[in-house]
Amino acid sequence: MTSSMLFNVVTLTYMVSMLIFFAFLATKNKTIGLTASCAAYFGFIVQTTAIILRWKESYEAGRGHAPLTNLYESVIFFSWTIILIYALIEIKYKYRVVGAFVVPFALLGMAWAQLGLESHIEPLVPALQSNWLLYHVITCFLGYAAFAVACGISIMYLIKDWLEGTSGDAQAGGIIAMFPSIKILDDLNYKAIMIGFPLLTLGIITGAAWANYAWGTYWSWDPKETWSLIVWFIYAAFLHARITRGWVGRRAAILSVVGFAATIFCYLGVNLFLSGLHSYGGGGK
Amino acid sequence: MTTNKRGFIQSVWDFFCSLKLSISLLILLAATSVIGTIIPQSPPREYLETISQAKIKLYSALGFFDMYHSWWFILLLYLLTVNLVACSVKRLPRVWKFISEPTLVFDAGLEKTLSLTHEFKMQGDAASLKEKMAAFLKGEFTAPVVTEVDGEYHLFAQKTPYCRLAVYVVHFSIIIIFIGALLGSFFGYKAYVQIAEGTSTSMVYKRGDEKPLDVGFSVKCEKFSVSFYDTGAPKEFKSILTILENGQPVPGYENRRVVVNSPLTYKGITFYQSSYGPAGDGAVYFLTVRDKKGGEPTKIVARKDEKIPLPGGGSVQVLEATEDVKPFLPQFSGPAIRMSYAPAKGEAQAVVLLRDYPDFDQQRGGDQVFVYTGANEKFYTGLQVAKDPGVWVVWSGCALMVLGIIIAFFFSHKRIWIRTGNGRVTIGGTASKNQPAFQLFFDGLADKLKKM
Repeated sequence: MTSSMLFNVVTLTYMVSMLIFFAFLATKNKTIGLTASCAAYFGFIVQTTAIILRWKESYEAGRGHAPLTNLYESVIFFSWTIILIYALIEIKYKYRVVGAFVVPFALLGMAWAQLGLESHIEPLVPALQSNWLLYHVITCFLGYAAFAVACGISIMYLIKDWLEGTSGDAQAGGIIAMFPSIKILDDLNYKAIMIGFPLLTLGIITGAAWANYAWGTYWSWDPKETWSLIVWFIYAAFLHARITRGWVGRRAAILSVVGFAATIFCYLGVNLFLSGLHSYGGGGK
Repeated sequence: MTTNKRGFIQSVWDFFCSLKLSISLLILLAATSVIGTIIPQSPPREYLETISQAKIKLYSALGFFDMYHSWWFILLLYLLTVNLVACSVKRLPRVWKFISEPTLVFDAGLEKTLSLTHEFKMQGDAASLKEKMAAFLKGEFTAPVVTEVDGEYHLFAQKTPYCRLAVYVVHFSIIIIFIGALLGSFFGYKAYVQIAEGTSTSMVYKRGDEKPLDVGFSVKCEKFSVSFYDTGAPKEFKSILTILENGQPVPGYENRRVVVNSPLTYKGITFYQSSYGPAGDGAVYFLTVRDKKGGEPTKIVARKDEKIPLPGGGSVQVLEATEDVKPFLPQFSGPAIRMSYAPAKGEAQAVVLLRDYPDFDQQRGGDQVFVYTGANEKFYTGLQVAKDPGVWVVWSGCALMVLGIIIAFFFSHKRIWIRTGNGRVTIGGTASKNQPAFQLFFDGLADKLKKM
């Protein structure tokens, strides 16, 4: 059993989980909802095993590093953290239906990694040979994942807000019947960002500390650094908007979606379209 | 007139205290920061040649080529600083008063503002109920402050009131980080130095203006080496450095290994492994040449660009050398040289020799066959040099920020009041964060009171 085979199982499981979640939206059957999250959790356990296995494979191949060093590995880790943050929110606040809008993100990541990215275990170039790699990557991706969950919740908010607005009554039926109330979605969005913001802050700080240790400059306005700061600014604006009249609700949801779009650009766009210090994070081919 | 003036000052103050300004500034900073990630900063001439003169003029005028140090970007950062100081100055005294002088008396006015209240009938007079409730709060929550007003007793208890200050800690930490950055830019520098193996220097060159700077001690490069993985990717760039004071090695700073991610600091100045290259004329290349038809090979010792005559006429000249040929010839690896070979008769030609493939030159089919046996090459090591006395201020600010954010997000100021009259107990409570969770706790308290 290789990690690559297990990752295929994970991709398939997330796909099945997503389809069951959609069935849950359509049927409003609680057992189907439970099956959907159980499928997601099963995928998560397999994915955890596969990541550990890949770590082991890296040592066996004489490379000996954590599986967090290229685009393939980071996309897989990202999808793992998305399910982790979803699990935390689901277990704590019991809004299962959120999974229908979060699991697709994890599936997208896994499918892209398995179908479109180079999965070789490469040796670590000198710039990456540091313990800071682990702290930096883990904090950043947990933050990104929380923003992904917030984005999924905000999309639910916007759909519900829009459908209720057009049909003109507060109890619109259809798929949104399962959605939590607008107020709760707004609150969940805020809670997910409350998890993401400190993690992103830590991610930026550990990145700065590492840069200082490797190059002697903690901040050089490199595109990756700048984009992480852009993301930070957007969510800082979101947090201040929360306590300002007129910025709760729809505007907050839009800001959350914009924030996640910026997050994705920070993660992928910078490597694909701009050049800078993080070039080793890209290069999928 | 004076009221007008005061009105003006007041409106300027209100402008800087407003949260709308904070949100606008944060979004503006996010949006403008994008520019500098798209337009190259301090661009090389090659880039400037690809865009039109008009664009160059426009971008220069707007400071887009050094955007993050342009007057308008710095102005935005200053505005944000003024904004958060003003917000803090305006709100902090109120919050402080709120914490240090809590409302102790649970009167009807306060009761109306609380969403969580319960009232019970209970046996006993006001004083005995007070004792009971004080013990109850102490056991279930925290010890209360008791105030007597008109024969009724008011109990007040609170938990983690200081978490209300955390948001100001975060604001303050941003200012500390800015101060650290300013300290670094005024009293520190970034520089660069190249040291050839076996030599030492005390001069470094400042980044930006290339001005030489004497660091006050010497750094000697004892040795530099680079190693590669079997894939051809670099594995380690390693300099062995010794610090010299007045020509003498400093104890503890002899033969120190400096690699990427493991710098060397001496007297507040840190040296980072950054690049390397051949140290000019230091390198000596060893070759052999023999006739195609056989015979003993002749040894050649060549320096770079030196024309070496060959036995039987002609000459060779080493043009360049590399530690690893992979980037140029992906199917091969290992050291290689490129030389100009002028045979006795015929045109001069470029010949590539690979040290790890001694038969490589036979394929060329020339009259003379060359083998590259190795080099005694000297490297220089390229080191980044940084002095930043503000860096610890920046890290303190960062630590404070993370601490502040965690407290501000995950701690809640919980307050509970109880009023006891004759045969009657009223309880009310509120929390600054996570009201639903507090409501569960509050309802639990009320249930316990009911059963008493």
